[in-house]
Amino acid sequence: MFEELGDRLDKAIGKIKGYGSITEDNISDVLREVRLALLEADVNYKVVKEFTNSVKEKALGEEVKKSLRPDEVFLKILKDELLALLGEDKVEIELKKNPNLLMLVGLQGSGKTTTIGKLANYLRKKHGKKPLLVACDIYRPAAIEQLKTIGKSLNIPVFEEGKKDPVTIVKDALEYAKENNNDYILVDTAGRLQIDEALMDELININNEVKMDEILLVLDSMIGQDAINVITGFNEKLPLTGVILTKLDGDTRGGVAISARYLTNVPIKFIGVSEKLDGIEEFDPNRMVSRILGMGDMMGLIEKAESIMNEEDAEESYKKMKKGKFDLEDFLKQFKTVKKLGSLESIIKMIPGAKKMGLTNIQIDPKEVARIEAIVLSMTLEERRNPDIIKASRKERIAKGSGTTVQQVNKLLTQFEQSKKMMKMMSNGNFKMPF
Amino acid sequence: MGLFSKIKEKLNNKTVFENKKQEEKFSKGLEKTRKEFSDKLNNLNKKYKKVNSEYFEELEEMLIMADIGVNTVINFMDRLVDRARKEKIEDPELLKELIVDELFIIYVNDEILVNKINYSNNGPTVLLFVGVNGVGKTTTIAKIAKREKDAGKKVLLVAGDTFRAGAIEQLREWGDRLNIDVIYGNEGMDPSSIVYKGVEKAKNENYDIVLIDTAGRLQNKVNLMKELEKINKVIGNFIEDAPHETLLVLDASTGQNGVSQAKSFKEITNITGIVLTKLDGTAKGGIVLAIKEEVNIPVKYIGLGEKAEDLEVFDIEKYIYGLFKEMM
Repeated sequence: MFEELGDRLDKAIGKIKGYGSITEDNISDVLREVRLALLEADVNYKVVKEFTNSVKEKALGEEVKKSLRPDEVFLKILKDELLALLGEDKVEIELKKNPNLLMLVGLQGSGKTTTIGKLANYLRKKHGKKPLLVACDIYRPAAIEQLKTIGKSLNIPVFEEGKKDPVTIVKDALEYAKENNNDYILVDTAGRLQIDEALMDELININNEVKMDEILLVLDSMIGQDAINVITGFNEKLPLTGVILTKLDGDTRGGVAISARYLTNVPIKFIGVSEKLDGIEEFDPNRMVSRILGMGDMMGLIEKAESIMNEEDAEESYKKMKKGKFDLEDFLKQFKTVKKLGSLESIIKMIPGAKKMGLTNIQIDPKEVARIEAIVLSMTLEERRNPDIIKASRKERIAKGSGTTVQQVNKLLTQFEQSKKMMKMMSNGNFKMPF
Repeated sequence: MGLFSKIKEKLNNKTVFENKKQEEKFSKGLEKTRKEFSDKLNNLNKKYKKVNSEYFEELEEMLIMADIGVNTVINFMDRLVDRARKEKIEDPELLKELIVDELFIIYVNDEILVNKINYSNNGPTVLLFVGVNGVGKTTTIAKIAKREKDAGKKVLLVAGDTFRAGAIEQLREWGDRLNIDVIYGNEGMDPSSIVYKGVEKAKNENYDIVLIDTAGRLQNKVNLMKELEKINKVIGNFIEDAPHETLLVLDASTGQNGVSQAKSFKEITNITGIVLTKLDGTAKGGIVLAIKEEVNIPVKYIGLGEKAEDLEVFDIEKYIYGLFKEMM
């Protein structure tokens, strides 16, 4: 999501490397690059101006002059200044009340309904909450249907009363939650323009009648300079407690992530990273800056892995790897786990130094991945446990069963042997990772 | 004669708008957009007696804040500063006309703009709607369907978004409200099969126009873009020259990513025009200028509200009027 912005900033840093030192003369050239990079990422114009000014001031400071590696110091300045914009601390979602009341608001099409499903799923999974979804979009055709479908697929209850007045719906939902022991109530609202007085009043009324603990603004990360009008507009009418940025799995450079907090003091709490119902992540400014500047996000990767891996399975696989006894059955298990992590491309991007190794340009063909899975699935358990027994006739059968060729089966078996050797070396400490 | 003075003259002769109602719609629909833009320009001109580098910097800020592409703005500013210097223009009031002219030359670029829908001469006209998630494809289809129906056409809607929860119901509800037939399948079905059914029905039962909804897809998702390619092929195999129009639906609040959207969708399908939605908000949709310049796709319709009638055929002259009304 932020790779492109990172690349452009890299270019600016590269210039300094070329100059060898930072002077009044050459800094403007570098800052022009930084400025363009940020503007093309839709960072707010005023923020860009202030940002480049303060970077300039620091870059011309004593510390940089003395340094032998001005590019590194410059990178540090960029990092610090970006962090200053983003607010260094991570702001957590309210969890202590019983029940917690949360409302999502935003423009049409920003992704509220999908996000509320993700959020409920997250609250149940990570914090053991018992969520209740409340359908208050009484305007858009089939909006209630959409929420009900999402609720059904997550097995989370949805409270709806058709096109009744939203205030009444929320009040009734509270009653329902009490009876059913739901401790987190999430209210979906209709999309609206921040300048639509009548519809904004509706939200104010809801919050006056039933005080919300969290009011989160859902914002499409592809939004341009109008972002400031939208956030300010909503924030003036409602006490926003945070922002959720959606659709960050696109190729948007997501500049709004950089300007939102600085301009409005409303923290970003979550980001949406896929259309799937587990595609939501907590927003952490430190990690975000690391990602923008190509420093990777190891913490994020570990957290992601932990959220889906079964500890015992992981332990067992590790032991087997160490002994070189890792077989295709284990491989299949791991394969399925990794698939749950999301696209391999997105995982690779989180590895520190991935960019420098040229790994970020890797495109993995999902068909190839499906083919590998089909081949392994076409083997018997015995064959998976003991791949050595797979000879010509078995290979032919496996190829037929998986709709592949014997050559493709061979290729997979050879690659598996090689990686097994590598795993053994790695776990014995004889193998150094390139980073 | 420059564009600005041309529109001004047309206004005096009352030939810009077909009727008062249409003028009001444009004027009111673009009210917020204009307040942000033309008012600022007027203030800028009050603030500076003479144009100087600070004036130009503030102007640049205004344009970037309108989401006009960064490169487009930088090139524009270069041209403007150059012209101002050559023609020795110092009065901001005189520069105003120049700004409008130079700004929209990007858009007009000496072409005769075709913003009419390319209707088929024999058999049904097929319109395919594509775009990223949440831009307003389904609502736009409902609006265009209403227009066509009001014009006496036999309209068919095809619910090709089989992915998003509730998308099929949304289009069906519009079909009920507008009393227009809808072809649909089940959630999760291959959209190509629904699309096939739709064009088949349209051809066999002599519909005049078919509007095909598709799931929102981010332009960097290879698989989803391939799916769109397939849908496109299915239509073309069944009806020659179809789809007659492939419209990219674009949210007016989109920033620089709009150019990437236009480029990527154009690679897969033959995008013939843009529907710029949600212009009734504070967003200015300036990115369409960059899209026109870089990808050469014109805007065909604009969305100015949530109701079925809140859609207008895009006309650059009316748009400029909507934006600069107070200055004319």
